[in-house]
Amino acid sequence: MGLLSDPNRRKAITTARILILNMILVLHGDSVVCYLAGIAWFMGLAFEPFTLRTYMSENAMGSTMVEERFPSGERALATAREFAAHKKKVGGMPVDWLVKTMRAQGLEVFTQSFSRNLPFPDESKERFVVRGTNVYGILRAPRAPRTEALVLSAPCSPGNSNNQAVGLLLGLAQYFRSQIYWAKDIIFLVNEHDLIGVQAWLEGYHHTNITGMGYTPLQGRAGSIQAALSLELNSDVVTSLDLVLEGLNGQLPNLDLANLFHAFCQKLGILCTIQGKLQRSDWDTVEGYTHSAQTMLLMVLKQASGRPWGEHGLFLRYHIEAASIRGVNSFRQYKTDATSIGRLFEGMVRKLNNLLERLHQSYFFYLMPSLTRFVSIGYYMPAFGLLTTILLLRALDLWVHLGTPTPVTEDGVGEGESPSSPGLLSVLTPVVISHLTGVALYTLPVLSQEMAVEHFPVSETEAVVLTAIAIYTAGLALPHNTHRLISGEGTEQGWRVLKLVALLYLAVLLGCTALINFSLGFILAVTLVPAAACVTPHVPKALSAVAMVLLSPGCTILYCVFLFQELQEVPVSLAEGWMLFLSVISQGILDHALYGSLVYPLLALLVYPCWLLFWNILFWK
Amino acid sequence: MAAPLTLVLILSVTIRAVLFRSSLAELISERVEVVSPLNAWKRVVEGLALLDLGVSPYSGDVFHETPLVIYLFHFVVDYAEIVFMVSTFEFSGKYNLFIKQKYALEADRYPHDCLELMRSPKEMHYIPLKVAMFYLLNPFTILSCVAKSTCGLNNAVMALFILSTLKGSALLSAIFLALATYQSIYPLTLFAPGLLFLLQRLYIPVNPCRSRFWFFTVQYSVMFIGSLLVIVCLSFFLLGSWDFIPSVYGFILSVPDLTPNIGLFWYFFAEMFEHFRFFFICVFQINVFFYTIPLSVKLKEHPVFLIFMQIAIISIFKSYPTVGDIALYMAFLPVWSHLYRFLRNIFLVSCVLLACTALFPVLWHLWIYAGSANSNFYYAITLLFNVGQILLVSDYFYAYLRREHHLSQGLYLRRKDGSEATLVLK
Repeated sequence: MGLLSDPNRRKAITTARILILNMILVLHGDSVVCYLAGIAWFMGLAFEPFTLRTYMSENAMGSTMVEERFPSGERALATAREFAAHKKKVGGMPVDWLVKTMRAQGLEVFTQSFSRNLPFPDESKERFVVRGTNVYGILRAPRAPRTEALVLSAPCSPGNSNNQAVGLLLGLAQYFRSQIYWAKDIIFLVNEHDLIGVQAWLEGYHHTNITGMGYTPLQGRAGSIQAALSLELNSDVVTSLDLVLEGLNGQLPNLDLANLFHAFCQKLGILCTIQGKLQRSDWDTVEGYTHSAQTMLLMVLKQASGRPWGEHGLFLRYHIEAASIRGVNSFRQYKTDATSIGRLFEGMVRKLNNLLERLHQSYFFYLMPSLTRFVSIGYYMPAFGLLTTILLLRALDLWVHLGTPTPVTEDGVGEGESPSSPGLLSVLTPVVISHLTGVALYTLPVLSQEMAVEHFPVSETEAVVLTAIAIYTAGLALPHNTHRLISGEGTEQGWRVLKLVALLYLAVLLGCTALINFSLGFILAVTLVPAAACVTPHVPKALSAVAMVLLSPGCTILYCVFLFQELQEVPVSLAEGWMLFLSVISQGILDHALYGSLVYPLLALLVYPCWLLFWNILFWK
Repeated sequence: MAAPLTLVLILSVTIRAVLFRSSLAELISERVEVVSPLNAWKRVVEGLALLDLGVSPYSGDVFHETPLVIYLFHFVVDYAEIVFMVSTFEFSGKYNLFIKQKYALEADRYPHDCLELMRSPKEMHYIPLKVAMFYLLNPFTILSCVAKSTCGLNNAVMALFILSTLKGSALLSAIFLALATYQSIYPLTLFAPGLLFLLQRLYIPVNPCRSRFWFFTVQYSVMFIGSLLVIVCLSFFLLGSWDFIPSVYGFILSVPDLTPNIGLFWYFFAEMFEHFRFFFICVFQINVFFYTIPLSVKLKEHPVFLIFMQIAIISIFKSYPTVGDIALYMAFLPVWSHLYRFLRNIFLVSCVLLACTALFPVLWHLWIYAGSANSNFYYAITLLFNVGQILLVSDYFYAYLRREHHLSQGLYLRRKDGSEATLVLK
């Protein structure tokens, strides 16, 4: 309390405040400085000297040596071919064959069937009503009670892909069966219909039903799952293995899991990548920096999308550390065979088997510019903090304007008349209307698809996406016409109060988002903060309106699509980009319905209404 | 006056009814910010079930409400939602009389230039409405009501105490104070402001040498202690055992349940070595009661403001606070709207409180569900939230004292040499 009631210190604070305010008022420059500093800080994170080297924090995994002896890579590939033949014959997942094979290996085998009706057809994967079966076998731990488990999973994908993954999984199962050092049950899961199958299995395992999935209960169960690895392998030999970490809602597994993968790749001499990018050693050249910046930006974009980027993504929600490992076969000379990949998995599973408690020692909030370097939360949050500071400074500026027409003297007395409070309605109405628009944007697209299909020559998916875009655009026309009808002419005070409310709202909203999913919060801040900081009713209307639309959340998604393609080195033309943008929207809505991803509701119910408030201020009359 | 009040009532009933029927109600009633082990509806239901089975509701360690509450719900359990709503609405419309009298008293005592510090009768006309609005439409109250937290009942009893005190009825005031104390111990500290207000109303000076002062003090204390005894004995006869004393008051005072909440106790006592526990329990609990003495001395002329300060202090420092308690003292804020110009940190404080309110569920999610954060994150926000509240209350306290000073000294202070003077609070 001394700080705030001692007049001398108080005077110092007030002076500092006036100084800051003067900077805002006179120069209007510090916002720009803050903004540029925030962006620069963020881009600087990819520069190697500013990052930390990854290190294994978990003692149980660090010092204990394990020996990898998995011998039967060729046999696993033979199993894979057999599996492929059976898959072709059945025309889907060869459940009976899988059950028979796993049982022959001495596992406890169970199946689970599930069904799920999608809210609208998924055009990219061509599915609408999904029915499938998961097969899983449990290897019981000989050395401990059945209280903990590990999961190894491989998807049974349509067509010819991922056969080798299933083959290797079965090969590993057979080899693990003959080992004696397992202290945790190991579950080998082969799931159909990729993520939907995993979702059904996880919900069945944990007795929850959060997404309205229909599934049969699991007959066999192991202990609480400590970690999970998911395998995707399309060829007999690979050139490199790619590690996928980004999960549902931007959740990441503990960094030790990535360290574990990297450690074994080093040990076995396997090329390993993250975001499909190899590590470069020339960090001090421009190319080196660009490379790691690209890697980091890819991670940020993937994390911001809130989708699970591999099968592991859904495990994370159940507090299970998980990662996907994807085999990549390119034109490089150096190849790795299935035996080495099998050994990699053996090593990782054995180390995970040694864990005494869940992985918790290392970081959960990080960004990776390369597989050996990471940026922790303490380093990347200032970049976001600098951006939100702008919002808070603006809010403070407005607050002082509202309170005192005359400049502030020493606290209290110098203030002239008490601020006349503008009508509550003039602020409340825009807030309520823009949120109602948000609710419409959230609910109507899926609800009104039938009607849209009836009246327009479009497919269901197109109908959903186009309705969403239509509501989004209609929202722009709506709010700035309404407050005049209700509360008459808006006053100068009125828009200031509204802007103050909107600024604080945006700051809190972005802050909360960034805590859960830093990338999403940062990307939204990059585009929304300039619009929020600059908008007043007194700027040139047409020009600012265009700028506002270009900085709106919808356009942010569009930029992200183009940037993502650019970073993946598959640039697209405008038309293709637009099609991709449409499919991203439909995927976002589907992800929300199928797996409970929160990005779509966040954007529709909170971010978009918040942006509409600023739009409203621009057209304040 | 009546029309807007009805409008507010209808609006708040609608919001609550909609929320009661929606799927959110279950989610809200599980939130640790909204319900505490003392007032969770789930626990009341458990207690009721035990009572129906003929078992003492206090066997086991689930139920910690007072016997009167459980018997109240025993009869009205089917209408529980209505009870909660009614208890919320009792709060509204109660400050009319007092402020008007106060104004008449003050009008001609002070120098001329202070007139702008006075509230105009028109402003005062709207204060009861604003109070009702602040309470009924406060998201904290709505959450607490939808969660069916029994905190709403406690707030209603406190409101009745304040109302009867302001109306000058010593007996009713003592009875409701006893009821509030019986419910949660802490309102005991409201004894001092209640007594001071009644003394002021009867024009009895606070002077230990005068027999009238002692006479009335003893009279009020006897009424209070008598009704407290009656209530406690009534509980004993209803239950047939003294089980409830350790289970309710022991539970409040010794804080055995360290479920995270928005208070300061849980983290501190979860981290502490067992042999320091008793000492620090005493320190923390005395802390709640201690402020009564200095505040009563300083504010003996202004018992209504003292009531506000006490309620705020209780809701910050009590052992199991919930957002419902905060809503109670926040409802008083419009009464002090004339202090607005002397508040210094109101922007900072409201930003802090707003941000913390949003961060509570986010950090809870990160800690409990995602597993990526830990209890330190949540406690950091709890600390910040409480610091914000303390700043708010002390800011109001400062503003109040400063207004009093200006009322007696004139608004524009001059030094002896004629230059402008500034006030220093030391």
